[in-house]
Amino acid sequence: MTILTVENLVKHFTVTKGFPRPVTTTVRAVDGVSFSVGEGEAFGIVGESGCGKSTVARAFLRLVEPDDGTINYRGEDVRAARGATLTMLRRRMQIVFQDPYSSLNPRRTVGQAIIEPMRVHGIATGRAARDKAAALMEEVGLPAAALDRYPHEFSGGQRQRIGIARALAVEPELIVADEPVSALDVSVQAQVLLLLKNLQRRRNLAFVFVSHDLGVVRWFCDRVAVMYLGRIVEEGPVAPVLAEPLHPYARVLRDASPVPDPSLRGALPRIAGEIPSAANPPSGCHFHPRCPVAQPECSVSYPEWRDRGARGAACVLV
Amino acid sequence: MSATATPAPVPAPAAAPQVSPLRRAVQRFLSNPTTGIGIVLCALVVIGAVFAPYLSPHDPIDQNIIDRLAPPGGDFPLGTDAYGRDVLSRILWGARVSLIVSLSAIAAAIMIGGTIGMISGYIGGRFDLITMQVMDVLLSFPSLILGLIVVALLGPDLVNLVVAIALTAIAPFARIARAPVLALKERAFVEAGRALGFSHIRVLFVHILPNILSEVLVMGSLWMATAVRTEASLSFIGLGVKPPTPTWGGMMRDGFENILDAPWLSIWPGLAILVLVLGLNMIGDGLRDATDPKLRGE
Amino acid sequence: MIGFILRRLIAAIPTLIAVLTVVFLIVRVIPGDPALVILGDQATPEAIAALHTRLGLDRPLWEQYFAFLGRSLSGDFGTSLVTNRAIVSEVAAVLPHTLDLTGASMVIGVVIGVPLGIWAALHRNRAIDIAARLLSLVGLSFPVFVSGVFLLLAFALHWKVFPVIGNARLDDFPDRIHKLILPAITLGLVMSAYVTRVTRSAMLGVLAEDFIRTARAKGIPWRRVVWKHGLRNALIPVVTVVGLYVGILIGNSVLTEIVFNRPGLGKIIVGALNQRDYTMLQGLMVIYCFLIVVVNLITDLTYGLIDPRVKA
Repeated sequence: MTILTVENLVKHFTVTKGFPRPVTTTVRAVDGVSFSVGEGEAFGIVGESGCGKSTVARAFLRLVEPDDGTINYRGEDVRAARGATLTMLRRRMQIVFQDPYSSLNPRRTVGQAIIEPMRVHGIATGRAARDKAAALMEEVGLPAAALDRYPHEFSGGQRQRIGIARALAVEPELIVADEPVSALDVSVQAQVLLLLKNLQRRRNLAFVFVSHDLGVVRWFCDRVAVMYLGRIVEEGPVAPVLAEPLHPYARVLRDASPVPDPSLRGALPRIAGEIPSAANPPSGCHFHPRCPVAQPECSVSYPEWRDRGARGAACVLV
Repeated sequence: MSATATPAPVPAPAAAPQVSPLRRAVQRFLSNPTTGIGIVLCALVVIGAVFAPYLSPHDPIDQNIIDRLAPPGGDFPLGTDAYGRDVLSRILWGARVSLIVSLSAIAAAIMIGGTIGMISGYIGGRFDLITMQVMDVLLSFPSLILGLIVVALLGPDLVNLVVAIALTAIAPFARIARAPVLALKERAFVEAGRALGFSHIRVLFVHILPNILSEVLVMGSLWMATAVRTEASLSFIGLGVKPPTPTWGGMMRDGFENILDAPWLSIWPGLAILVLVLGLNMIGDGLRDATDPKLRGE
Repeated sequence: MIGFILRRLIAAIPTLIAVLTVVFLIVRVIPGDPALVILGDQATPEAIAALHTRLGLDRPLWEQYFAFLGRSLSGDFGTSLVTNRAIVSEVAAVLPHTLDLTGASMVIGVVIGVPLGIWAALHRNRAIDIAARLLSLVGLSFPVFVSGVFLLLAFALHWKVFPVIGNARLDDFPDRIHKLILPAITLGLVMSAYVTRVTRSAMLGVLAEDFIRTARAKGIPWRRVVWKHGLRNALIPVVTVVGLYVGILIGNSVLTEIVFNRPGLGKIIVGALNQRDYTMLQGLMVIYCFLIVVVNLITDLTYGLIDPRVKA
């Protein structure tokens, strides 16, 4: 069953610079993104840095206000939510951040960090809240005795576990994981990923998993969307999309990510050119200047979305 | 990678600093001799002010025509003024005015200015731009002139002095509080708070405030030194707490009028002001060195 | 460069209007009736009403505001309630004395402060550095009227090197300088304390930068690194502080002028306070505002000279 539906999400940032004649530039960070996430499903969003994948997550959580589009969570209009409705939605959808060092308030103990959201949402107070917090700590693999310590006493991986426990404190159904392991040592990455996977199973959690690491997404997610310059260029079940992409950009992305199989060793294809600025994207298909199979019409108009079974892509060659 | 493996047990915290930043700051603070001297100097003044009734050899206000302009020594350790009042007693009592006025003025400035700065930095955008421009305007005013005009218009008394001096310190505290808020609101824990459904008020006052408090309080002690100086200067000009209440600046003024006959009348209160201001500056300096992250790394 | 100056000039206008607005707010919105302050508690209602009309206080607040703004911007700062002379001419008569004092003390402050700050920074945590820091802390802690009285006691009354009264004649140059020295030292010492601290910390900051290490690694002599690379970058915060300090300097000059009995803006202010010359006070505030905006402008332009990035 679908719990989250995002349609035509748009978020533009404007920057005004210069005196006496200010020049306003519009950065189209998210430019018409649609997807949906089912109950207990892990949905991945991949793309290069600056493609807008983190902004998508922040926009449907209303951490940044979207400019256009509809966001629907279990029949509730997220963009129109105010007061109690918004508070209820904040309980349902939580986020785990990339940087475990800045995601915890250095002046508050781990216990305070986990108990505070319970108090704010009226889930538990006093003794009960502390017991719940202790249980959450155990659940994320940390000793309950650590509740009275401060964040600086923990390593990056441990802090990430604390951040996960804090998100779980409000008993959410969906967790946005924004590059949750990319700031961690490789050895710790696997532990944290395993923890998230276990939580997904045990609590039937849905995930929106934002990452630039195809390997991690391939292992963690059920479905995946590939983003390029503010738009989704391909979407579908993770295995076929990442193994045999339809969109040339997704193919380039796949070929650039290392595959742990020595027999597949070969020449790495080169991507021509730099990623263009989202403030001034190329005409037509944003990818056409770097595309190895670009057609004449690609520079004229943005290709329409074409469905191919369970998957789809925005490319004229599909 | 097997999905069924349980997370590895977590060992004792590693790769984390063994000493908390707070304790390190305290250690650095105490190891700095400047701070120690500053504490001693301020403690002297505070003790003098608190125990003035017991320490004073004479009444600070009682006039005594026979003993007027007596040089230091004997019954009057620091001499007497033109009305025969004991200078030592007046200095002890005068400490009260200095401390009360500067402390309340800075407390008010921290609360008002700090709140303005925090809210302005947190909201950001055009609101922040305009607020900070107003603060810059206030900041560009010579604080003594500002205080002087305000006291002149309101009339010199204790409360108006506090208002005037607080007014001169609101803008700097708005600036001091705003700068770290700008950096803190970009930290993920603020976004986490919003995602967890915390109100802006809660994020600002429960999560951001404790992180900027030490910086603001350090500046508080430095600005208190300025407040003591401003209060003394206004009293010296004749805009202080009305006589016969003893104030150090007012005593300087009396002494200045008798500078040819009785130079000690201006020396003692001058030294008293110097001791308090220097003490506050030394504490502030030491605190700043102890909390400044730029100096910590060495 | 001309474009840069022009832009700054245009940007100074809103600042000036804002400052004038603050002056207006402080003078008008603060509770209390200026007429009552001027005339005293025993004034008759008729006398108060007459003064209201004369000061324009009977008109609506916004009308007063725009009239005030218009007059101030056109350079009309009003006339004194007491002498009935134009405030501008009263100020112009004594302004050279105040400029002498502030200018000389700025020079003293920079001449002592910059070398001392650099010296301290280059000998970090050694005796010279500790002494310089302590001295500047003491200098900062002296209210100028205290240091002024102390210097007066020592050099004018005890040793009798300098005159007690600083009422210099502007056309008699040696006399003007002779009577300037003690007050200028009083103000200059405080200034040098500020400049020493800022120069020291700015220099320490710059010396820790990567490009200094690079310059040394390239084999450039240390002396040259300090002067060519270090100083130029360290001067930027120093200029800011000197600019910011002008506000404090103006306040302190009032006290110095009182202590040394020098004519100047400070004495006019105190005279106006004692005589409850309300229009004079307001006019003086406006003049101070102009001074400060001009100083800020000069500070900004100096940045442009030192720091090539600012011009962009």
